[in-house]
Amino acid sequence: MKKQELKKWQELPIGGLILDMGNSSETQTGDWNPNRLVWNEDTCTHCLLCWINCPDASIKVENSKVIGIDDYHCKVCGICVEVCPTKPKSLEIISEEVA
Amino acid sequence: MEKGTMKKTKSKSRRVFLTGDGAIAEAMRQINPHVVAAYPITPSTQVVETFARFVADGLVDTEFVVTESEHSAMSACVGAAAGGGRVMTVTGSQGLAYMFEVLGVTSGLRLPMVMAIANRALNSPLNIHGDHSDTMAMRDMGWIHLYSENGQEAYDNTVQAFRIAENPNVRTPVLVAIDGFQTSHMVETLTVETDELVKKFIGKYIPSYPMIDIDNPVLYGAADRPDYYMEHKRNQLVGMINAPEVIQQVGKEYGDLTGRYYGLVEEYRMEDAEYAIVVMSATAGSVKDVIEQLREEGVAAGLLKIRAFRPFPADEVAKSLSRTKSVAVLDRCGTGGAQGGPLFLEVRTALYEEKSPPQVINYIFGLGGRDLPLRDIKDVYLRLREIARTGKRGKLVDFLNLRE
Ligand code: SF4
Ligand code: SF4
Repeated sequence: MKKQELKKWQELPIGGLILDMGNSSETQTGDWNPNRLVWNEDTCTHCLLCWINCPDASIKVENSKVIGIDDYHCKVCGICVEVCPTKPKSLEIISEEVA
Repeated sequence: MEKGTMKKTKSKSRRVFLTGDGAIAEAMRQINPHVVAAYPITPSTQVVETFARFVADGLVDTEFVVTESEHSAMSACVGAAAGGGRVMTVTGSQGLAYMFEVLGVTSGLRLPMVMAIANRALNSPLNIHGDHSDTMAMRDMGWIHLYSENGQEAYDNTVQAFRIAENPNVRTPVLVAIDGFQTSHMVETLTVETDELVKKFIGKYIPSYPMIDIDNPVLYGAADRPDYYMEHKRNQLVGMINAPEVIQQVGKEYGDLTGRYYGLVEEYRMEDAEYAIVVMSATAGSVKDVIEQLREEGVAAGLLKIRAFRPFPADEVAKSLSRTKSVAVLDRCGTGGAQGGPLFLEVRTALYEEKSPPQVINYIFGLGGRDLPLRDIKDVYLRLREIARTGKRGKLVDFLNLRE
């Protein structure tokens, strides 16, 4: 995703309102977290428990299969790690230094 | 009186006896807001009580929300205004202080609503009487401030406030203040316009982005990070910048209908005044009396009454006062450690660009309901004359009618 273009004050809607619904994907809500979520393709069973539990729709899925993580929106809350049933877990939180 | 009737309406305006609170409640009945959420507090209690009776008697269609606190009252107003309603509330003093957190939400979201305030001192010491400490504490919360001299102005300002707040170029909340007790509880004779005139004058409210319009969803109250907060705050200022023109235009239109014209300030005997007092609200009435006495004695005294304190009419103030020799600004509010009272700071700053500005002094008066006798006002004018004569200003900030 390319860096967002910041708007001038004249271009903003009145009262800080947001008029375009569903536009949160345009904002990189996950870029502040010093940690990162990594997904292990080899152990994943594509049960999609992580996908259904993620509060930020950050598990990327195509044709009912996990294909990766949306790092720009994943806030690294760890809910998906918690619900992942595989042993070892197919999702892991690592700190950015390691990443 | 004839001027106050519209061409097509048969009924006439009425002369009535009302308290300032009663005058505001009467305006509210005629305005018939969609939602009023309020919690009564002295000295504005009568407004809420009277309006509650109008609701109970079926005289208005208003959804009257009785909240458990002022914080909730203003929160309910925010919700109702975001929903798309024409909204009003009433409070003062500690109640206003308790609303504080939500006041900035209201103006930040550019919700047009009207709040009537019977000005009252803030604790401590506990005091239920009038001064301007409460609204002066919220002077930079992004609300438009209109101050009323008497019951008539309280009524007129309440009606006009909706037109100002709801103007598409303004869309900013407006507070209408009256002096606690001096105006809120004083029975006066005033003119109340017909229901039809008020209804027609304020017109149908068309909200900008009503939340209850489910076909056009909109998000109110999103968070900003440092990358957008400043842009939004600059954007908010647009309403304030556009307000003076709208306040004047609404005041003129209202005057054409009723004969009572309003501007940002009111000048009284200022054409040839050498010594001027600047003050807001009820005290302006006393000052006018003193001016009449002094004029008979040959003292060229004048008054500049500030009606719109926010946005502050700096140009009008500078223009009016630049012709005088000396000016006393009367603040019904303490300095809080500033260089003077809030009104004084504004007036003095407004005169900074003038080539030969008058000497400006500041008096703190009337705190916690302290009376301001006419002789004290007279003394202020005599001191102003003395300053002009000798060129010696003396004390910059002083108190009136204080035991010391
Ligand atoms: S860490 Fe949280 S936000 Fe990120 S993918 Fe997992 S559940 Fe979603
Ligand atoms: S919960 Fe674990 S196993 Fe299931 S899809 Fe997600 S990553 Fe794969």
